[in-house]
Amino acid sequence: MNINFRNETFRDDYTFRNSPETIRRFPFPFHEDKYMYSVNMEPHVPAGPAGHAYNNPIDVDEHYVAEMRDRALVLKEDPLRYQALPHMMAAQWDTLELLMESQAAAYPEHFSLTKDGDRWHWVNRPLGIDQTFTFGDASTLPMEPLEFITRQAQGDFCIVDQRDGNLWMDAGMVTTQADWSLDFDVGMNFFEWHGPVPLAHEIGVFERALKFLLNLQQGKPVRRLNWTMTINPRLDTSPENYHKWGPDRATVTPENVGDKVHLRCELQSLWRLPRSNAILFVIRCYLIKMEELVTIPKWGRRFHRVLRDLPPELIDYKGLTRYRPATVEWLSKFDDGKPTTPGIYPD
Amino acid sequence: MLVAGIKSRPVYGGLSVDPNARRHLFALEGEGALALTEEAARSGADFLKNADILYVASGSRAADHDKALTALGADTFWLSPTVPVLLNRLNVMLGQAKMGTRLYVAVTEGFIGQAMQVALNHGIDHASIRCEHRGSAARRVQCVHCKGVTDNVTTSPYVCTHCGLSLLVRDHYSRRIGAFQGVNIDAEEPGTAPQPEELFP
Amino acid sequence: MTINTEMKVRVAKITPVADKVKRFRFERTDGQPMPVFSGGAHIIVSMRDGQVLRRNPYSLMSAPGDTSGYEISVLRVENSRGGSAFLHEKLKEGDTLVLSQPVNLFPFDHRGKKHIMMAGGIGITPFMAMMEQMELEGRAFELHYAVRTRSHGAYWKELQQRYGAHRIKIYCDAEKLFIPVDAILENQPLGTHLYVCGPAGMISGVLGKARTHGWPKENLHSEEFLAPPPGKAFQVKLARANRTIDVASHQSILEAVEAAGIDAPYLCRGGACGQCETAVVSCDGELEHNDHFLEPDEKASGKKIMICVSRIKGNAVTLDL
Ligand code: HEM
Repeated sequence: MNINFRNETFRDDYTFRNSPETIRRFPFPFHEDKYMYSVNMEPHVPAGPAGHAYNNPIDVDEHYVAEMRDRALVLKEDPLRYQALPHMMAAQWDTLELLMESQAAAYPEHFSLTKDGDRWHWVNRPLGIDQTFTFGDASTLPMEPLEFITRQAQGDFCIVDQRDGNLWMDAGMVTTQADWSLDFDVGMNFFEWHGPVPLAHEIGVFERALKFLLNLQQGKPVRRLNWTMTINPRLDTSPENYHKWGPDRATVTPENVGDKVHLRCELQSLWRLPRSNAILFVIRCYLIKMEELVTIPKWGRRFHRVLRDLPPELIDYKGLTRYRPATVEWLSKFDDGKPTTPGIYPD
Repeated sequence: MLVAGIKSRPVYGGLSVDPNARRHLFALEGEGALALTEEAARSGADFLKNADILYVASGSRAADHDKALTALGADTFWLSPTVPVLLNRLNVMLGQAKMGTRLYVAVTEGFIGQAMQVALNHGIDHASIRCEHRGSAARRVQCVHCKGVTDNVTTSPYVCTHCGLSLLVRDHYSRRIGAFQGVNIDAEEPGTAPQPEELFP
Repeated sequence: MTINTEMKVRVAKITPVADKVKRFRFERTDGQPMPVFSGGAHIIVSMRDGQVLRRNPYSLMSAPGDTSGYEISVLRVENSRGGSAFLHEKLKEGDTLVLSQPVNLFPFDHRGKKHIMMAGGIGITPFMAMMEQMELEGRAFELHYAVRTRSHGAYWKELQQRYGAHRIKIYCDAEKLFIPVDAILENQPLGTHLYVCGPAGMISGVLGKARTHGWPKENLHSEEFLAPPPGKAFQVKLARANRTIDVASHQSILEAVEAAGIDAPYLCRGGACGQCETAVVSCDGELEHNDHFLEPDEKASGKKIMICVSRIKGNAVTLDL
């Protein structure tokens, strides 16, 4: 499949848009008309209608080139968005292998990987990268293996080490996050980095999720969907820059909801890594503005109901307080009260 | 945004001595001296012959805790002029230490956080370090925006001494940085920051 | 939630290596590479022995990066429940078997400044793969390996040749040489980690000594696969499947459930990983917990059982399966 990469921005003039085909492949995060935290994990196997974001284990879409350009800009301003503790080198190579192999297998027109023993040759055509290197020898790459490959893969990446019956966030590349700081969270365990999340600890979500992940097996990745909302198609909603993007939340009016307010979905996949026994956590972010979302009638209806009935703790945590009323009001025009079909895909 | 009740907020178990340790290394600040003298009174002074004490008086110079510590008769006692000088000595001593050495730290959260950072770099697991927090609840806080760290923060919000933003102090705590997180409180409507409240006296 | 990713393999080579120890090499029948694994990992070997399907865990000992095949070494156990006897006496080169994906419940701590391994007998196998990986990654390590006699001890010569006698130390019972645990624990730099694999008595002995030397539990690691202990026969009622099955005296609940054609989740089959944790609906008898996974209060509650190694003393137990 040949992807037409869009030339667009996620800051300043915000020219990011989804093509009609990309709207249909959006991983809409609600399988029913209400939402609450749960241990929502399923095997990460190809699924969904043709073209859907679930088709390939590591998804590449029309925003690839623009997202990689935005990541480079973020890193230039703030290199702390990439961190790896020294004991994570084996896990870095594991991740490089996984991402190169997955992208080359699914998108051979755009990426290719050839191996001659430890001598690897990687070609990334959309970004114009042609690199020969020795697998396992960091001095043959221009930067650490994790940074090298995650500058060429959409989504944020955390690698968690497994020790003492817990998971430890010991490496990552995080530039498209929903308001959390990798620099601050590096070194924390599963309960600590999830500390700021309301309600979920009390209903046992994290305890059960951790137990499940500790036994995650090689060759059996799992996925889950998470979501929040963002004003303007801004990828870098980091706490570091909160004082820069926070004011946008006060700019929503009934007239501009459709254009400014975005649903932000995270397709998260979890992979047991072979050499390091660590787990790779991929957080792939998809943005869709309200005008685009309601072109799928089922999604317009459902999102109206979810947002209208959201528990107050989640409204506060996700930072929706200021613009939720205007957004619910706007969406209500697209909810005729008809029942919706189960599942996340368009009708 | 969740401010209090965050699970990354450390819980300090207290300075109980590990009877199995071959060597006991104490890094103490201010009233932390009392944590040790009380433990010696409780558990007997036997362990002191294998103990090294590093002490900095900080705010409690007037209380002469160093005299009480000297009187314990530990194998070594050393009074440091400042916190950084103490941390430097701790670093060198850990570099020479053997397995079976137990590290104990008291007393302010800021000091505990900094000593722990030194220890983590020597491959010591944080869970094996015994800490006690008492006295002032003042916090060491990192501004998430400019990354500047401010010691002895007693109010929330407080004005970042480095970048000038008004910061809400969350319970979210980073062991690696040894500090709590400060986040701009009036980002969405600049100029609306509430008056500082004395929350960590 | 499990997807079947089991691998069909052919027995490529069987090599006798020491008294009662044989090495088995497996290669995939579909010609695909084996997955890379991490030192300390094990696989479950599924063996069709006449009417019986046996599934036993074995540590991988081959080089973790070698994707051409996997190797395990198996000690012929005297009162074997059948697994080691089958592998030693019935399995032939060219036969086919099924392997699970590798699972690591005994990983080394990547932060370690130095790694000390202590092996007893066949407990050497996970360390063979671990040392291979540590050598590649340039880590400081040493191995202390206790064998009954030089001819009982597998691989010690090869290991000394590969890593040098300064790193590989052999202690032979028959020569009255024992691992000087106290002396080894005495002078290790901070950030050293200790790993033990061998008979249960050796593991608890070494770990106990380490604690009295003031080593924190975060630096201590061990692996012991429990074989499901035998007991009296009893019945299991499966509440969800609405069936009643018999558990024979030499069978585990998990094996009986599988023999009845019902899938239950598992990973280690040795009471360590927690994957087969099952809710107890009611029990006419007394639960016999044999696992390392449940906390004492969970065991006392009578509400959970690890069906890979635990059983009951009594008539019947009803499980949420
Ligand atoms: C190793 C894998 C994982 C990593 C690295 C990770 C990381 C994170 C981080 C950094 C946050 C933001 C916390 C903050 O506000 O500062 C978060 C939120 C959250 N995580 Fe995870 N997580 C992982 C796995 C899971 C799993 C398996 C679940 C399953 C239940 C889960 C459930 C949640 C929920 C419910 C939230 C709140 C999200 C929201 O409302 O926007 N996480 N996670």
